[in-house]
Amino acid sequence: MSDLFRVEGLTKNFGGLAVSRNISLSMPAGERLALIGPNGAGKTTFVNLVTGQIRPSAGRVVLNGEDVTRFGAVPRVRKGLVRTFQVTRLFSQMTPEEHVTLTVLQREGKATRILSRFTGNSEVSGEVESILSTLGLLDVARRRVGEIAYGQQRLLEIGIALALQPKVLLLDEPAAGVPSSDTPRIEQALERLPPSLAVLMIEHDMDLVFRFAKRVVVLAAGEIIFEGMPSDVAANEKVREAYLGNYAHARSVA
Amino acid sequence: MAGVILIIAAGLAGYWLFPDNLALLTRVIAVALLVLSLDLITGYCGVASLGQASLFGAGAYAAGIACVNGVTEPVTLVAIGAVAGAMAGLLMGTIMLRAHGLAQLVLSIAIVQLFHEAANKASAYTGGSDGLAGLMVSPLFGVFEFDLWGRTAYLFGLALLVVVFVVLKFIVSSPFGMLCRGIKQDPVRIRAMGSYVFPVLLKMFVISGAVAGTGGALAAISTQVVGLDSVSFELSANALVMLVLGGLGTLYGALVGTVIFMGFEHVVSAINPFHWMTMVGALLIAVVLAAPGGLTGLYETLLGTGKRAKGGRT
Repeated sequence: MSDLFRVEGLTKNFGGLAVSRNISLSMPAGERLALIGPNGAGKTTFVNLVTGQIRPSAGRVVLNGEDVTRFGAVPRVRKGLVRTFQVTRLFSQMTPEEHVTLTVLQREGKATRILSRFTGNSEVSGEVESILSTLGLLDVARRRVGEIAYGQQRLLEIGIALALQPKVLLLDEPAAGVPSSDTPRIEQALERLPPSLAVLMIEHDMDLVFRFAKRVVVLAAGEIIFEGMPSDVAANEKVREAYLGNYAHARSVA
Repeated sequence: MAGVILIIAAGLAGYWLFPDNLALLTRVIAVALLVLSLDLITGYCGVASLGQASLFGAGAYAAGIACVNGVTEPVTLVAIGAVAGAMAGLLMGTIMLRAHGLAQLVLSIAIVQLFHEAANKASAYTGGSDGLAGLMVSPLFGVFEFDLWGRTAYLFGLALLVVVFVVLKFIVSSPFGMLCRGIKQDPVRIRAMGSYVFPVLLKMFVISGAVAGTGGALAAISTQVVGLDSVSFELSANALVMLVLGGLGTLYGALVGTVIFMGFEHVVSAINPFHWMTMVGALLIAVVLAAPGGLTGLYETLLGTGKRAKGGRT
């Protein structure tokens, strides 16, 4: 029971198609786990299942010893299970400062208040500033998100997640679509994540995976085919097959 | 708050320039409250409605029925209208927010038709198709009689509009207002931020209902009659047209759209009583094609401020 976060036998069928098959894994506090796998392996489906965007056909999601499988997306976030999106979902007309302010206000249960002003809310401005400054977003804090660079938008995705003070953070390809010149800034932000936070990262950039993760899980055709040290993953026969071609085919031949 | 001063100045200018048309101008204010209420749910929350007159009519009938039954104090009547509108908003939101997109729009039409039919059938209370007549409203604050020229009604209406506008400006710049804008663009993102969507939108429906109900009560007080047209699909559709004409999500657009639409309607229908609707249609097509952001959007583009430059540091 020392695990902060655990999924047991998570399965999702869309009609006859199994996109997640009996996935089980657990993470202690402070974990840095990378979830990798070829395209269509079911990585984002896994995140959607864990965070409650879609309901599993079978299996359990357990956070802090509490079964949250029946909970919707919102209560899971409030209990500390937070995600970022593979394609940024930000409000193009709002500024980074407004995004983070709204998120902090929400966390404190003040976002539905009618009788207070939003801008210059001194109760939270200190925290908002420190989050933006950690991510190096202070210069663009008051620009509209539609006008800032994509790399900065990705950092803001992380900033919103941090503003929720999560216990478990699921990063869905945090560096996707970011020009390689900006990748170091994303990596820096990842290094500065709170040490006690359990982080599961989906990522295609293997250099980033190897530097970030202490443990790697490989998903192919909806099931876990490898779990272990980053240094062992490249040597694993199954993983190579999965990446080289049709995993199901490879298995039937083997 | 330069905008508020502008509204007061324009309102008083109307009072001096068109002393013979104060009844029309009061009607414009009542409808402007309806269009403002629609802007709250459509412009700020992204929920389109073709049944907003349900809330306006609820306020009008509540104030009218109260007045006929002996509650004649005008401020109390407005409060009764606002509460009735808010309750109708709660009901309407509860129903409409179960659906999305086109189904939601169809529900809004069904709701206004049901309200219309209910008002028609309950003729013992509402006067049915004859309308509810004979509202005798007491002088405002016990001093100002509602005179034959409609001066008191107009100035009362203008004061109501200013108060409502200031309150709404406050509401849309609160954390709640920001949350609504977020929901309009991406409800999935808002949920991933840990906020429920339904109760937030429902709250806005209640506020919207109170505003529309205030407009309805003002219409009832100023005309001393409540007709079935106050809870009609036609009024609902016109309100949406006025909002699109003026521009969504700014509050100012609602006012500009109402004034232009009703002013145009008044002038053109006097020139050509048969084809004025055609010309209103042509005007609308021109605005939508030339300025998709409505007239306020066009104004901002011309000023080079770009669409929705607000939000950052207002």
